[in-house]
Amino acid sequence: MDLSAPATREAKAASASADVILDATGLRKSYGKLEVIKGVDLSLKAGEVLAIIGPSGSGKSTLIRCLNMMETPSAGVIRYKGRQVETRFASRKERVGYGELRRHVGMVFQHFNLFPHKTVLQNICEGPLVVLREPRESVEARAMDLLAKVGLVDKRDVYPNHLSGGQKQRVAIARALAMRPDVLLLDEVTSALDPELVGEVLEVIRALVQDGMTMAIVTHEIAFAADIADRVAFIDEGVIAEIGSADSVIHQSGTARLRTFLSRFHS
Amino acid sequence: MYKMDFSVVLQSWDLFLWGLWLTFAYTTASIVIGVVIGFAVCFSRLSNNWFIRLLARAYQEVFRCTPLLVQLLWFYYALPLLLGFSLDNTTAALLTLSLYAGSFYAEIFRGGILSIDRGQTEAAKAIAMSGRQTMWRIVMPQALKRMLPAFINQSVIQFKNTSLISVISVGELAYMAAVVNGQTYRPLEAYTVVAVLYFALLFPMTQVADYVERRLRVSD
Ligand SMILES: Nc1ncnc2c1ncn2[C@@H]1O[C@H](COP(=O)(O)OP(=O)(O)OP(=O)(O)O)[C@@H](O)[C@H]1O
Ligand SMILES: [Mg+2]
Repeated sequence: MDLSAPATREAKAASASADVILDATGLRKSYGKLEVIKGVDLSLKAGEVLAIIGPSGSGKSTLIRCLNMMETPSAGVIRYKGRQVETRFASRKERVGYGELRRHVGMVFQHFNLFPHKTVLQNICEGPLVVLREPRESVEARAMDLLAKVGLVDKRDVYPNHLSGGQKQRVAIARALAMRPDVLLLDEVTSALDPELVGEVLEVIRALVQDGMTMAIVTHEIAFAADIADRVAFIDEGVIAEIGSADSVIHQSGTARLRTFLSRFHS
Repeated sequence: MYKMDFSVVLQSWDLFLWGLWLTFAYTTASIVIGVVIGFAVCFSRLSNNWFIRLLARAYQEVFRCTPLLVQLLWFYYALPLLLGFSLDNTTAALLTLSLYAGSFYAEIFRGGILSIDRGQTEAAKAIAMSGRQTMWRIVMPQALKRMLPAFINQSVIQFKNTSLISVISVGELAYMAAVVNGQTYRPLEAYTVVAVLYFALLFPMTQVADYVERRLRVSD
């Protein structure tokens, strides 16, 4: 009797789907009568870096915010490691609540949103201490490692309003990483920065790419996206108009809308 | 020409002191109860349940849109007719003062909470905080700081409002002035002393409110 063949096939199927950390199918989002996301299928594999580009108002933020349930989708399914995410905080049986989802899927915002009443170190430790309920010692040690990684060890006891924009964003990234997420969602994290501060943040992201972090990155830094992303998705009017390798989307695509969009960055 | 003479009036210093203490006691008690009511009503108004929101709103509007004097008279003279038993005047006074304070505090708290940038809530959610953790660890500490000047100002007003409970014969500072005036026939002196005592009590408080406000403006 040969039981190994089907078992192997099953294992293969399981590992193939286990490879996908986060995926959305048939995703739609409306605000009142305005439909902003009009049926999107998207998946993120472990270690993959996906860049999301597109014109202003095309729905990039809305899409990425649906992935950690910051926005509740109007239709469609989000799955975390194959388990369907539902619109309640607590997980239930095989369904994932958004509490659990967000423990594994971190997010960094355009406007940093650091907690102004907490020091840099407290900002970073807040999630692991309060949400994950980890012991303070190990959390603080990890926070210091992260501060070293983003180059801000000397700022540990400073309040956020004493930091530059670039420093704030690096702390925000450290805060998200302190949760030890599987996936990081970045929504235009350099758009609110003075041009001379963009580089230091991109550098941190580049280091994360090297570490193998799974990320979805909404960005207007097209050259940067082309450089680091495994795949690039071009969102236009609420749909993924084009998706593929950075090369095929950014350098070789012949789509008129995409070319027009990209041409604005070559000026 | 009238000749001022404070000595007669000041012989009743114990009455003034007693009145001052009563005013202080009624005010602090009504502030404490008012804060509790204020939080309850504030969260009711932020509730997802429209009926709870409506009730909270109705309460607030009733107490904000009728004079405290009328409320005191109503609670003391009218409410017992509905209840079928009488409230003593001190209970009616404390109840009314607290409900009145609560309606204003609720609005101050609500304004403070709503003034906190939505990004703060989002950042808290993004690290998987629950609604309750987000409120008490992230939003409320910032909101409290921001609402402090308005809270102090409202409490100063509450101090002055406490003088109205004398209309239902509850002893407090203004009431004592009337008593002393009745004994001495020296209204100018009696009421001047009371006014000075109020001022001495409240002027520092308004200064604190101003100071806090200035400090916060710098730190923001
Ligand atoms: N909370 C909301 N309520 C109503 N409409 C919204 C809301 N959020 C976004 N929209 C609308 O949805 C559309 C897509 O917005 P979204 O922020 O996702 O675009 P975007 O691609 O991120 O744009 P940008 O590059 O300017 O950040 C826009 O037309 C926007 O006005
Ligand atoms: Mg956006």
